Amino acid sequence: MKTRLLPRASFRQAATGAGRRTPVSYAIASTHVPSRPASSGISQRPGASHVSFPGAVKSAFTSKLQFALASESPSLPTYRVVDQDGRVVDSDFSADLADHEVVALYRNMLLISIMDVIMFDAQRQGRLSFYMVSAGEEAISIGSASVLEKGDVVFCQYREQGVFRQRGFELSDFMNQLFANKKDPGKGRNMPVHYGSKELNIHTISSPLATQIPHASGAAYAMKMQRINDPSIPPRVVVVYFGEGAASEGDFHAALNIAATRSCPVIFVCRNNGYAISTPTLEQYRGDGIASRGIGYGIDTIRVDGNDIWAVREATKKARAMALQGEGRPILIEAMSYRVSHHSTSDDSFAYRARVEVEDWKRRDNPISRLRKYMEARGIWDEAKEKDARETIRRDVLKAFSEAEKEKKPPLRTMFEDIYEELTPDLKAQMQQLAEHLDRYPEEYDLSDFDGGRSGLK
Amino acid sequence: MKSSRSIRLISRRAASYVSRPTSRLTTTTERRQYSTHPPNARLNLPIDYSATPLLSHSSQTALATPDLPSEGKNSTTKRMNLFQAINDALSTALTEDENVIIFGEDVAFGGVFRCTMKLAELHGGERVFNTPLTEQGIMGFAIGAAAEGLRPVAEIQFADYVYPAFDQLVNEAAKYRYRDGSCGRSVGGLTVRMPCGGVGHGALYHSQSPESLFTHIPGLRVVMPRSPLQAKGLLLAAIRSNDPVIFMEPKILYRAAVEQVPTAAYTLPLGKADVIKEGKDVTIVSYGQPLYTCNAALEKAEADLGISVELIDLRTIYPWDKETIFKSVQKTGRVLVVHEAMVNAGVGAEVAAAIQEDPETFVRLEAPVQRVAGWSIHTPLMYEKFNVPDVARIYDSIKNTLEY
Repeated sequence: MKTRLLPRASFRQAATGAGRRTPVSYAIASTHVPSRPASSGISQRPGASHVSFPGAVKSAFTSKLQFALASESPSLPTYRVVDQDGRVVDSDFSADLADHEVVALYRNMLLISIMDVIMFDAQRQGRLSFYMVSAGEEAISIGSASVLEKGDVVFCQYREQGVFRQRGFELSDFMNQLFANKKDPGKGRNMPVHYGSKELNIHTISSPLATQIPHASGAAYAMKMQRINDPSIPPRVVVVYFGEGAASEGDFHAALNIAATRSCPVIFVCRNNGYAISTPTLEQYRGDGIASRGIGYGIDTIRVDGNDIWAVREATKKARAMALQGEGRPILIEAMSYRVSHHSTSDDSFAYRARVEVEDWKRRDNPISRLRKYMEARGIWDEAKEKDARETIRRDVLKAFSEAEKEKKPPLRTMFEDIYEELTPDLKAQMQQLAEHLDRYPEEYDLSDFDGGRSGLK
Repeated sequence: MKSSRSIRLISRRAASYVSRPTSRLTTTTERRQYSTHPPNARLNLPIDYSATPLLSHSSQTALATPDLPSEGKNSTTKRMNLFQAINDALSTALTEDENVIIFGEDVAFGGVFRCTMKLAELHGGERVFNTPLTEQGIMGFAIGAAAEGLRPVAEIQFADYVYPAFDQLVNEAAKYRYRDGSCGRSVGGLTVRMPCGGVGHGALYHSQSPESLFTHIPGLRVVMPRSPLQAKGLLLAAIRSNDPVIFMEPKILYRAAVEQVPTAAYTLPLGKADVIKEGKDVTIVSYGQPLYTCNAALEKAEADLGISVELIDLRTIYPWDKETIFKSVQKTGRVLVVHEAMVNAGVGAEVAAAIQEDPETFVRLEAPVQRVAGWSIHTPLMYEKFNVPDVARIYDSIKNTLEY
């Protein structure tokens, strides 16, 4: 990207004194050594099997001309605790949750999936501007969130409703945001599904893909600095979620590389659901998924079955402990799943994939039915409980829905606020211009939805 | 390393060029250095930074700086060039707030322009460190750190290389507070430093002044100092500010501009212009390095034409101090806006439009607002002196506005 210009010889002499033989930069670099010395042992001992080139110090020489063939490197395995029939297949596994806690996890998954269906339909009826469901990915978000500490900081992409729910989001919190009413912490500025919560330590979602990944690295560095400045603060990690499509963005590369070089306690969770809108993974990458890239950055990595909430929990739990070891380090988790739903309410996925493929995934394996089978095998769940839970949740969703829909929108002045910490003279003047305009053309605008109506612009 | 050497040379070269006395010219038959000026030039002479009234050459003038708060006025002073003043501000910020961290490409050994010299040794490698070579990564990392309460000062090695970070700046840094709403998070602790502007031979990718691209982004503050004293006060204000700030440093001034700078920690106000010199016939609005050129031009114009010119430094390019500009133009009725960046959709366009838009100022205009700026081209190596606004073009513009 950068031209590394070399000056003309005459320039160099003019600036450094003719006849000086040591390059300037080298001389300065050697007198102002940074805290971490660069590897500079560029020498070879007699009989050594490798030269310590600074760029790859552990590489041995080989006299065999052989390329590492991507096609021949084995695919990373997918970790699983419970199989499709709900049977435990990891003999080392023992459930760390009481039965009622397992049921609570299940109910959260159910709640997300029921809310998704209702809100998707609400959008179809025009009562909501937009929606995105997370069907098929409930175990990834809820499973990983269920093993985090309250103080851990989370960045999401947009298909992680389960994270919000698991960390304490109520139905009213979802609905206030979706309807952009005056109780929405985002003050009605963001599209639906762009949730955020200060109390739950989840940063507000933004639409640009992958931008949150380097944020997570920087936030994790902040966690680390805060502990250096005050060791009494409990250790915290940052968790960031993104899809396999977003991992093609430059920000993914930047984030993993910087997290590794700065030893940031951050867990990267990739939801690999097979599609980025209409683009299948075959057109997204040609390597072994996202997981294989982690190793290239020097990041410890695991691939898990994203339909298995226990596998997601176990992997995240261990990742959290590893991330906090020593000076901190990043971990990558690739959770495999299938996007059962359309990408969003603006998408008809049957335009680019067969209906039968989707139906097959729904029937064959999904995270909710797998946990249900596990619970039924343990005798802590049955058809009656299922029916009751579904009905109760449905009722609660509809109640929260209608309450949020009735709320007023935030006052009009909200549109000018929070650009800067304080309103600038320009913004005050523009608020005034809008106010005068509304007074001149009162019939042209409906202010009745907004809290305070016209007086909300003061 | 190659880059740092070349850059040091670029700036050192630039500094010696601009401060060289005019008498050293050779005959035209001899092979001329490209940094000299025509033998008969009367206007386009090199700026003499050792004599310009825009720099405080004595302690007294430094301490009499308008807007200097009492901690600055009661301070001792020290001679510093621009990079030393920036280094001083960064060191002060690191000392006074444990949340301040500094990072970017090659900052740990002192930076390719020496702005971060000794900071890693003094404040530790955890607080002053190199990042991988990725502008979008630097910016994303900075935003995340700021959103969790740190006060990162990120460096982009040249303003020319900020574009990979544009998405992070426009869509993330600028919008963070707005979209977070009552959650209350922002990246107000963020300051982004970047060297900008021409140095005589930086060509396409070591010369750019992209400030107007940032002034089109609500949520960012854009600041450009003209001198060491200003740089220290404005940079400290930027770091302490709770809004994200783009801090652009004219790299030609790193070594060239030397003045007395208060040693105490002081700030200068963001969002406030500085009337450098009062006058009654013409107003010149500019910022950064061209202010020196403007001053040279107005000295000639005043002597030749018997007029008086008011010179105003915007200091903060956005949100900018309209009131001071309007007041001046209402008095003089004639105004030039001067900047190095290309003319189309530049800062001059915004200033000119705002002047004609303000009813009280519009009616006082005696002549069209003039813009003296770079042409609408890239910054070509061999033609820089025909592109950057020089003394002759500014002088001519003063004449034009008076003759209208």
